[in-house]
Amino acid sequence: MGQTPKHLKETPSQTAGPYVHIGCTPNFCGIPGVYSQDLGAAMVNDRTKGPRITIVGCVRAGAGTVLRDAMVEIWQADAKGHYPLPPATPDTSDTPETSGDADPHFTGWGRCPTDMDTGAFRFDTIRPGPVPHRAGGLMAPHISVWIVARGINLGLHTRMYFPDEAKANAADPFLSRIEDADRAATLLAGSEGDGVYRFDIRLQGDGETIFLDV
Amino acid sequence: MSGYIPRDRAWHPVPLSPEYKTSVTRAPRFAPLAFDTTLSEETGPAFGHDILGERDNDLIHNFAASGESALGPRIIVHGRLLDQSGRPVPDALIEVWQANAGGRYRHKTEGYLAPLDPNFGGCGRTITDAEGRYRFRTIRPGPYPWPNGPNDWRPAHIHFSVFGRAFAQRLITQMYFEGDPMVPLCPIVRTISDPAAVAQLVAPLDMDAAVPMDALAYRFDIVLRGGRQTLFENRAEGM
Repeated sequence: MGQTPKHLKETPSQTAGPYVHIGCTPNFCGIPGVYSQDLGAAMVNDRTKGPRITIVGCVRAGAGTVLRDAMVEIWQADAKGHYPLPPATPDTSDTPETSGDADPHFTGWGRCPTDMDTGAFRFDTIRPGPVPHRAGGLMAPHISVWIVARGINLGLHTRMYFPDEAKANAADPFLSRIEDADRAATLLAGSEGDGVYRFDIRLQGDGETIFLDV
Repeated sequence: MSGYIPRDRAWHPVPLSPEYKTSVTRAPRFAPLAFDTTLSEETGPAFGHDILGERDNDLIHNFAASGESALGPRIIVHGRLLDQSGRPVPDALIEVWQANAGGRYRHKTEGYLAPLDPNFGGCGRTITDAEGRYRFRTIRPGPYPWPNGPNDWRPAHIHFSVFGRAFAQRLITQMYFEGDPMVPLCPIVRTISDPAAVAQLVAPLDMDAAVPMDALAYRFDIVLRGGRQTLFENRAEGM
């Protein structure tokens, strides 16, 4: 007989399936009226501080096929590199004392189902600031990305970095750990100008995105 | 060392299971890159109780016409949200979705011939209380066939999307019902290899929580990732 385990086991994951929209974005999939709006659709309001950016992209499977049934969530720091503390809805948090140092007009969190026809996702947000690393120094501005879909049995974490932050990226304690430079490039967004960045995610095959065991 | 306890990937489903055909082209080939969690994973979105409408946790009524209710066996699903240290996770958003009593989803890509229920939308949400408890009311969903193998059926199940306090804890899973003989036949369930892990997804009937002449009850406790001890020592002063 062994000892009693120190920790409970985490509840195992199961795929989000093809109908994840019903639970997470019901207005998007033709179930209006239950919730006034889909959560995560708006990350900023008029008073959010920081340069506006737009992130666009798609999710591709092994054969290159674009997923039209995926859901992508992002999580990021505000323009000064602070993460919001609760509450975090852009329209109701008028109480800076509950938000720590973070911008009370920024949720930090976005959710977007991929388009049912084109597979595209899009987030209108702000450029995050650099975030302190526990071991010292700063992490380059980045956005945490989480992908779920039919056929993905455990949600996939990755990070998006900015192509125009070469110096900060070179000093980033996480990026600098990646040995294969070709693969590290999968974490860099492409710039399309005017604050628009493209972050295409490849689940499998050529240019497979680096996913994180976090 | 600090941060969140790494996920036990032998407890979770395998990414690629030939029996679950869609996973074959959607599972990464490379191993995920391991590193200690940082502030970016140890923080996460929070939702105030004020986002909830009165009927958000009542799937029997939240899509129904006035005076109507969804068809099917009325049930209450409740439980506690804990982390791996056994501590309750309060104020966490839980979203659920499911098929109707006939096994039909309200979705445009759904092809099963069972009828829609005009009074059932299939979505609900709630936020855990100070002790990590949650509950919602719904109808028991039906099983349904799905295009995978030539004759595959999903056991009755409810999908759960769960937020903790950290993005590292983000979890989507499915709850099954005690005594359902279809659970061990399902290719999606079978992506989990350890029977004890499957058992963690099966909610027992809970007659103590049933409401006489109204609803049966099932209990489904959920465990999110926990932090290594030093994380909480750090957070006390650092955050």
